[in-house]
Amino acid sequence: MSQPSATRFWTLQRKAAPYVFISPFIIVFATFMVYPLIQSILFAFQASSGPKSTAYVGLDNFRFMLRDPDFWTAVRNTATFAFFSVFVQLPLSLGLALLLNARWVRARSFFRLAFFSPHLVGQVFVAVLFSLIFIPRFGLLNRAIHAVLGMGLETKWLMDPSLVMPALVLTALWMYVGFNMIYFLAALQAVDPQLYEAAQVDGANRWKQFIHVTFPGIKPIAVFIMIMSAIGSFQLFELPYVLLRQTPGPNQAGLTIVMYLFSTGFSTGDLGYASAIGWALVLIILTISLAQAKVMGLWKRDA
Amino acid sequence: MRSKAGFDILLVIAIHLVLAAAACVVLTPLFWLVCAALKGPNDLFHYLFASPDPTLENFRSLFKQVPFFRYMTNSMFIATSVTLLQVFFSSLAGFALAKYEFRGKRPIMVLMLATMMIPGQVLLAPMYKLIYQMGLVDTYWALILPAVVSVFGIILFRQSMLQIPDELLDAGRIDGCSEFRLYWEVVLPVSRPMVGAFTLIAFMGSWNSFLWPQIVLQDHARFTLPIALNQMVGLYSQEYGSLMAGTLLSILPVIVLFFLLQKEFLAGLTSGAVKG
Repeated sequence: MSQPSATRFWTLQRKAAPYVFISPFIIVFATFMVYPLIQSILFAFQASSGPKSTAYVGLDNFRFMLRDPDFWTAVRNTATFAFFSVFVQLPLSLGLALLLNARWVRARSFFRLAFFSPHLVGQVFVAVLFSLIFIPRFGLLNRAIHAVLGMGLETKWLMDPSLVMPALVLTALWMYVGFNMIYFLAALQAVDPQLYEAAQVDGANRWKQFIHVTFPGIKPIAVFIMIMSAIGSFQLFELPYVLLRQTPGPNQAGLTIVMYLFSTGFSTGDLGYASAIGWALVLIILTISLAQAKVMGLWKRDA
Repeated sequence: MRSKAGFDILLVIAIHLVLAAAACVVLTPLFWLVCAALKGPNDLFHYLFASPDPTLENFRSLFKQVPFFRYMTNSMFIATSVTLLQVFFSSLAGFALAKYEFRGKRPIMVLMLATMMIPGQVLLAPMYKLIYQMGLVDTYWALILPAVVSVFGIILFRQSMLQIPDELLDAGRIDGCSEFRLYWEVVLPVSRPMVGAFTLIAFMGSWNSFLWPQIVLQDHARFTLPIALNQMVGLYSQEYGSLMAGTLLSILPVIVLFFLLQKEFLAGLTSGAVKG
């Protein structure tokens, strides 16, 4: 029995549809994700100068890395930055979200927009703006500190090795505090209001309500934000690269892992060592994500 | 002092004061940027914020110093292409993963989620080699092709499309819609909020991207705004006024797009996190 060809076409197009819809993704994903990913593993065991000449060197890249002082400087700087992102920036984001989520707050959407607005400015543009904000004497930051604390105007934020990291942390704080606040706010708004009512009936004060209702309610998202924030921080590149005029900064105080990867691979031309640094970054990020998830008890079944 | 609803009025006032102070701190650098861009070279450091006679001189010297208009068109062309392609292909793949059962679906999703955990920088070296072998170094293709579809976008679209009732799709099928027409005329319109949100995410991602363009672009004529501005920081580091004018012009398109799409964006940004 032969079906009419029109019906056959309809059955066929219906069966083929998901494959057709997903195929552009599969092609791009395979070409620009899976293939480079496999290549990158191979690269990590090669030494190269430029994309043309390579040689297999076994574990030499990783052995060299363990004793490479520049690499460890980069790790130290990046970890310091990530530490401040997670433990200074996120509590501030949560604080703002809690304030904004309080009942009877007026102009909520204005505040939300105001806090979020720096995130619309890309990292490079933020860095260009802040390169001027940090200049001695005329920069906004020194002017503000002078006005509020009466300190001198000559602080050279980007030239003093001990001030480079604070400058970076401050810039990132400005850029991301409102962005993370949006997530906390969404989490807070998703907490069941009946739980608060029940807690109030039980006579819990605000602090107890926060510990026993708010915190467990937002915990899954808090873990998510912490992990995303740590991952993002470990990929720090644009801010220091532009702020420090494409240098690692005084005393290499602004050298980050990605910056070191970039200069190794694309200034020095050793794509092999650059890939090895990339995999070290993967390892660091995975370890930290898993550790954070574990510490926050993500896998524990809540009683 | 306690009101009827049991709310401390002083506390409410204090909360507003803290919020207002924080908003001032956050908005001041942006205000300072606008002021700096509109100040003449003599006024720049004379007034902390706005000068009494604003001028467009910085913009004039900016366009004289560098082919800034060219950079803007480059950025606009690349970001627009990437956004359109990403929205289309990501929503299409998201639709397939949300509403069809097919062979290989599970492995694809597992692989997608696994690669999301891997920072893109580990791909830089092999990607550069690949683009080099394809003969695409220093072309727009090097920026557009790898960005045609986004894993993050697919996940967002899939999640929002899971909520579309199957009955709606079946009704369309009975009316004689092909599967693609179903996507185009039923699924996309229903997913409008996510389309809006992801349009902004994709545009911002491309517009602000720096590391990859910095690696593959060489010719000045092809520079995007972040690349050009970074170079200007080095070359024209004393020309603060035109640097700020360039920065202001560079962030305007994103801000305009944000205001057009802000409702969808703020909802879409958090939807995945809160539900997941």
